Amino acid sequence: MGNQHKVAWVTGAGRGLGRALSVALVRRGWSVVGVSRSAVELEETRVASAAGPGVFHPWVANLAEPDAPARVAAAASLLAGPPTLVIHNASTLGPTPLRPWLDTTPEQLLAALSVNVVAPMALTRAVAGNMVLHGGGTLVFISSDAAVEAYPTWGAYGASKAALDQAARILAAETVGTGLRVLVVDPGEMDTRMHAEAVPEADRSALAAPEQVAQQILLLLNGSAPSGWRSRAGQGAVAP
Amino acid sequence: MKPATQPNARLDARLMVLDPGASRGLHATMDALPALLSQGDVVVVNEAATLPASVHAVTAQGAPVELRLVSAGTDGLQMVALGAGDWRTDTDARPAPPQLKPADLVRLRDAPHVAWVVTGVDARSPRLLTMSGGGTEDMLMQMCVHGAPVQYAYTDRALAPHDVQTPYGAVPWAVEMPSAGRMLTVARVAALRKRGVHVVSLLHAAGLSATGDPALDALLPLPERFRIPPETAEAIRCARRQGRRVVAVGTSVVRALEGAFERWGEVRAGEGWTDLILTPRFVPRVVDGLLSGMHDRGSSHFRLLGAWLDETALGAMVTAGEEADYRVHEFGEHLLILRGALAGRAGGFGWWPRTRAPMGEGAAGFPLHHG
Repeated sequence: MGNQHKVAWVTGAGRGLGRALSVALVRRGWSVVGVSRSAVELEETRVASAAGPGVFHPWVANLAEPDAPARVAAAASLLAGPPTLVIHNASTLGPTPLRPWLDTTPEQLLAALSVNVVAPMALTRAVAGNMVLHGGGTLVFISSDAAVEAYPTWGAYGASKAALDQAARILAAETVGTGLRVLVVDPGEMDTRMHAEAVPEADRSALAAPEQVAQQILLLLNGSAPSGWRSRAGQGAVAP
Repeated sequence: MKPATQPNARLDARLMVLDPGASRGLHATMDALPALLSQGDVVVVNEAATLPASVHAVTAQGAPVELRLVSAGTDGLQMVALGAGDWRTDTDARPAPPQLKPADLVRLRDAPHVAWVVTGVDARSPRLLTMSGGGTEDMLMQMCVHGAPVQYAYTDRALAPHDVQTPYGAVPWAVEMPSAGRMLTVARVAALRKRGVHVVSLLHAAGLSATGDPALDALLPLPERFRIPPETAEAIRCARRQGRRVVAVGTSVVRALEGAFERWGEVRAGEGWTDLILTPRFVPRVVDGLLSGMHDRGSSHFRLLGAWLDETALGAMVTAGEEADYRVHEFGEHLLILRGALAGRAGGFGWWPRTRAPMGEGAAGFPLHHG
């Protein structure tokens, strides 16, 4: 595969795991379109990946807006071409400080679902057909153990991640034999701003560095995990 | 036939199959497509995604103007100016746009910090402009952010960018949706491949269907850019060598393939522009069959179907479409014209075959395999 075909789109590329994944991909020669709401943070990612040999293309967009995924797809294709890899990494915790379900408004839940479920599936819809036309591609959905465990006060986030997991599994089941590879990754607890917002009192020294988790995710991509599998970063693939 | 007013895909998508060899047609669905084709046949799709190709702008005098992309040049965009109006207003019913002259400035209505300057007015129409502002790529990016799809007054709501994409489109070249492929879902592409049909792609910058200026409309389609990848050229060469059929999905694919043939004498990999205009007199050299949207009499699309169907067959198509209440336009139902498609299938509706073409009329034949 020539370098011109190594095109990845990464959402939430302005910081944390998204930045680490973008930098690691650029280091491996990929052309990466990184999406974030923050031009300032994207610029920091661009600087962090400036050594190449790939290229980082920043694109500012708010994926919570209804038309954003289709607009991002058009812009990212113009910048780097259609992708063979999309990493759906952007997500929102929902309202912070985290709160019980009964203190969560419908608007707050809808906002979490927009970013964590609707946007990744809409962006998937914009790219997956073209991936199939050309024989295949990989879609990575960054999930969480909050999708599986019932952590009190993690309602909007946990429910939206559970919905994303199931959407990805169904997509995988529907696209068997098309060349599309759908992977769900639980990155574990990382030392990121999102984690600090969710658990301000956490002992940061016990948390994984996003750079380390990014390496584990890229290893997983190069491995033999089949479409539809859900894995915990660093622990290999586990059956869905 | 009535227009389909809802942009959402219908999963029971109907397909009218017309076999000019058998002088017969049949009502089927898109799911029957694999069975209507044979192993080794080649289906060619246009993988252009549709740009949000329309932006609303304001002149220095404060007059509203809609600008629609025609084509991207090396240093700016060619655009058509339309008078004020939203998606409900047919382009022909719009007031004339403000007359823009070279060096005039316009600002995007939703992003006044973005200013574009008129660099030229085409001699063929005062509405056909070249604009520049920060380079072609930056202007296209601004359209991705602030543009909207070209709208159709017959739809029941304004179209969002995702409403005008085919399931497989990804390279944002098209100004309007290459809608013939709208029903070729991932599952249907997989089913075609399972049948042994090669589904390959090219790029064609499908352009505007209306400008609001009759003089300019008469010139449509303007030259459009195409790119044929090596795998597609090879698949078509191989099919022709082996006597298999080449089915174009949409007239943009026909323009690209036949335009390439006209230019190079063969279909080979490469990029170019085509000014090929399909008329009933056009004799296809590459394309054996056409998957297309259903269109009614009076539309330019209907006229170009005459390259594959004679007047009797077109009449039968319209009658069958009216009887079965087919829907037309971008979101309507579909049509497969393919010689041999109904071989071994009974039923359907027939028409009187035209056995002899009048002298000098090139459209009578439906060349199957070309030398």
